[in-house]
Amino acid sequence: MKKLIAILSLALLPLTGFASGAVHLESADIDLTDEAAMQRGAKYFVNYCQGCHSLKYFRYENMQKFGLTKDQIRGNLMFGDGKVGDLMTTSMPAVDAAEWFGTAPPDLTLTARLKHGGADWIYTYLKSFYVDESRPFGVNNVVFPNVGMPHVLMELQGVQEAVKEKDEHGNVHVKELKLVKPGRLSAEEYDELARDLATFLTHVAEPVKLERQSIGIWVMLFLLVFFVVSVMLKKEYWKDVH
Amino acid sequence: MSSQGVDLKKRRMLITATAGIGAVGAGFALVPFLSYWQPSARAKAMGAPEEADISKLEPGALMRVKWRGKVCWVVRRTEETLKNLKENTDHLVDPDSEVPQQPEYCKNYHRSIKPEYLIAVGICTHLGCSPTYRPDIGPADLGADWQGGFFCPCHGSKFDLAARVFKGVPAPTNLVIPPHKYLNDTTVLIGADDGGAA
Amino acid sequence: MSLMTWIDERFPATKVWNEHLAQYYAPKNFNFWYFFGSLAMLVLVNQIVTGIWLAMSYKPDATLAFASVEYIMRDVNWGWLIRYLHSTGASAFFIVIYLHMFRGLMYGSYRKPRELLWIIGMIIYVVMMATAFFGYLLPWGQMSYWGAQVIVNLFSAIPVIGDDLSIWIRGDYVISDATLNRFFALHFLLPFILAALVFVHIVALHKVGSNNPDGIEIKKGPKGNRWSDTAPADGIPFHPYYSVKDIAGVAGFLIVFLGIVFFAPEMGGYFLEAPNFEPANPLKTPEHIAPVWYFTPFYAILRAVPSFAGTQVWGVIAMGAAIVVLFFLPWLDKSPVKSIRYKGPIFKGMIAMFVVVFLILGYLGMQPATPGRTLLAQVCTTLYFVFFLGMPIYSKMDKTKPVPERVTK
Repeated sequence: MKKLIAILSLALLPLTGFASGAVHLESADIDLTDEAAMQRGAKYFVNYCQGCHSLKYFRYENMQKFGLTKDQIRGNLMFGDGKVGDLMTTSMPAVDAAEWFGTAPPDLTLTARLKHGGADWIYTYLKSFYVDESRPFGVNNVVFPNVGMPHVLMELQGVQEAVKEKDEHGNVHVKELKLVKPGRLSAEEYDELARDLATFLTHVAEPVKLERQSIGIWVMLFLLVFFVVSVMLKKEYWKDVH
Repeated sequence: MSSQGVDLKKRRMLITATAGIGAVGAGFALVPFLSYWQPSARAKAMGAPEEADISKLEPGALMRVKWRGKVCWVVRRTEETLKNLKENTDHLVDPDSEVPQQPEYCKNYHRSIKPEYLIAVGICTHLGCSPTYRPDIGPADLGADWQGGFFCPCHGSKFDLAARVFKGVPAPTNLVIPPHKYLNDTTVLIGADDGGAA
Repeated sequence: MSLMTWIDERFPATKVWNEHLAQYYAPKNFNFWYFFGSLAMLVLVNQIVTGIWLAMSYKPDATLAFASVEYIMRDVNWGWLIRYLHSTGASAFFIVIYLHMFRGLMYGSYRKPRELLWIIGMIIYVVMMATAFFGYLLPWGQMSYWGAQVIVNLFSAIPVIGDDLSIWIRGDYVISDATLNRFFALHFLLPFILAALVFVHIVALHKVGSNNPDGIEIKKGPKGNRWSDTAPADGIPFHPYYSVKDIAGVAGFLIVFLGIVFFAPEMGGYFLEAPNFEPANPLKTPEHIAPVWYFTPFYAILRAVPSFAGTQVWGVIAMGAAIVVLFFLPWLDKSPVKSIRYKGPIFKGMIAMFVVVFLILGYLGMQPATPGRTLLAQVCTTLYFVFFLGMPIYSKMDKTKPVPERVTK
């Protein structure tokens, strides 16, 4: 038996090394209670992203959850004459989009739950574009290799170039990104923007998260009381048996 | 079963406590399941107040606006009609709109904000059919003293041009007047007033 | 005449109450492992109720299904809670059932006279797996789609009829709207069959009486206890003793279960898998697909067996056999004692090995295959079958301890 366990544990050894090889994600360190960050993120989203990407399961009026009023939403975050109860679709027809980009830009409602790393993935992704003339839009992304979109925020972030290196297997990969031409924002300001967008999109992916947790605390407290009383009841009855 | 040495009082107390707490828990657990049936955010968004442009409405004409999936009428009444509304009160069940089928600000003889415009939910208070608009005076099927109004084809209920129900028909009450307000002279918002959305 | 008499003359309410609760004598030495039967029933009720509620807003249509789930999660009042209760409930059901089955394995609850009880339980397990499989397609995410694609393709490995059979199951050449629609109908139907099977399971249980951690037949022991002169001396009335105990068990279970629902409904991607937050796309397979965790031990067995003689049916057979062999457990165990408490070191060692092997297989089934992992899966698959098929031999060889006459504490 001991021999068997030894063989098994030896066989398991190579498994522990799994999960390497993935791109290192920077921590976005988001705060889902930071309403100002979500409001800024929403503003960036409608200005820079919504031209192509929808949030088609999310309603404009849902932004009241992070402190905006219906009038503010209608006045500052909606273009055209929809209702605040409308879903945040994109005005770009999917067929045209598929023609321009080769593939329709995905809906982003659930990106934060879909991508491994969630907010960190979005944050790092937004910071990881670099010049690559071989790509249709002249840019590539470390987190999302051969991404099919341009770097929409380039004028804000500036232009980054990749410093590449060869590993022991001879594979070329990006070692680091270097800012070669600054944009309108400083590095810190751009990080803040990426963090705001990540915060907003994380909220959008599961708007009920904070509410869920706060209800959960009451449920746990209630169950604890119920558990204690039911254990007392059980003990009282089982005096007959023991 | 023998109950020797059993503290029955304590058992009863613990049973009551467990059952009581359990019932409270079950009550809370019921809330999500019942609330689930209430209109969803989508239904509410689709039932949001509706703006209507009434600038092109001719005197005597009717336009339909959909609000919360129901038909709402906007009727532009003539001077003559308004005069009539003051006079035919004898034949009406509730000429002074005592039954709260309208916002407080529409509790008047013309049942509207501006006497000229009637805004009403076009659903019969009998069994929910939509009455037809019959502005014609004294038609053959409705009798010589018909001064214009609404006639429900399902069960023959009759309403005047202030959507008030006539005596002797199946419908019990006047038609519903939705909350509304004028955003400007030519635009009316149906479904919300200054007290907020309905 | 009292109301109860009036009813009893027309419906045996008091008789049923007494026979199955107030005068049903269960062994007094049930331990922690005996909670899982009642908990399984609780989870089944949870799944049925939340499932019916979800069906009120869900659309079994390939163009609408994914959006209708998000609609439930966002727009429907409390829809998120009902959905998390259902998705977490699915995993909880399997956890509870695996523990319930393991209890039977430890204490020999499948041994004579409980062979049928065990087989009915196994049927419940198989129907439950089918229900879970049908249900997993419904969210119409990438994992739903490709998971169903892989599993349905297993049937095409069957020689001669395989291809036609898998097309028949799908109602199309790929997983499609037709498949989704019928899976929805079946996912709605099977839970009621499950409920009926649970009823049969309990009828069988109450015929033979519950086993216990000592594996002693209390009905064969001395008679007479403080409640009845004819009842087994080691039995206590199910109600109130085990009803109050099970209430406490339910409270404890709910703390864990609702803790997950409210604080970790994705459970690190095991209960709700990340790729399923993307709508099904028949043109794009996710980088790595694996079944949900509760199927992975069997999936690992499937992958462990290489195809040869021009067909991959062997893996399918091995996977099927891994489940079918469980049905024969009552006749594989030849030990003179039932409970692990009185079995010898060989059996204890084998059970320990089985647990480890099952967990490793479960882990391997989630991971992408590599040559090293495939080898390990092959070793574990072999050991899985050794545990069962070797049982007639090692359970007889084993040195057992004497079983006491009366149950111990």
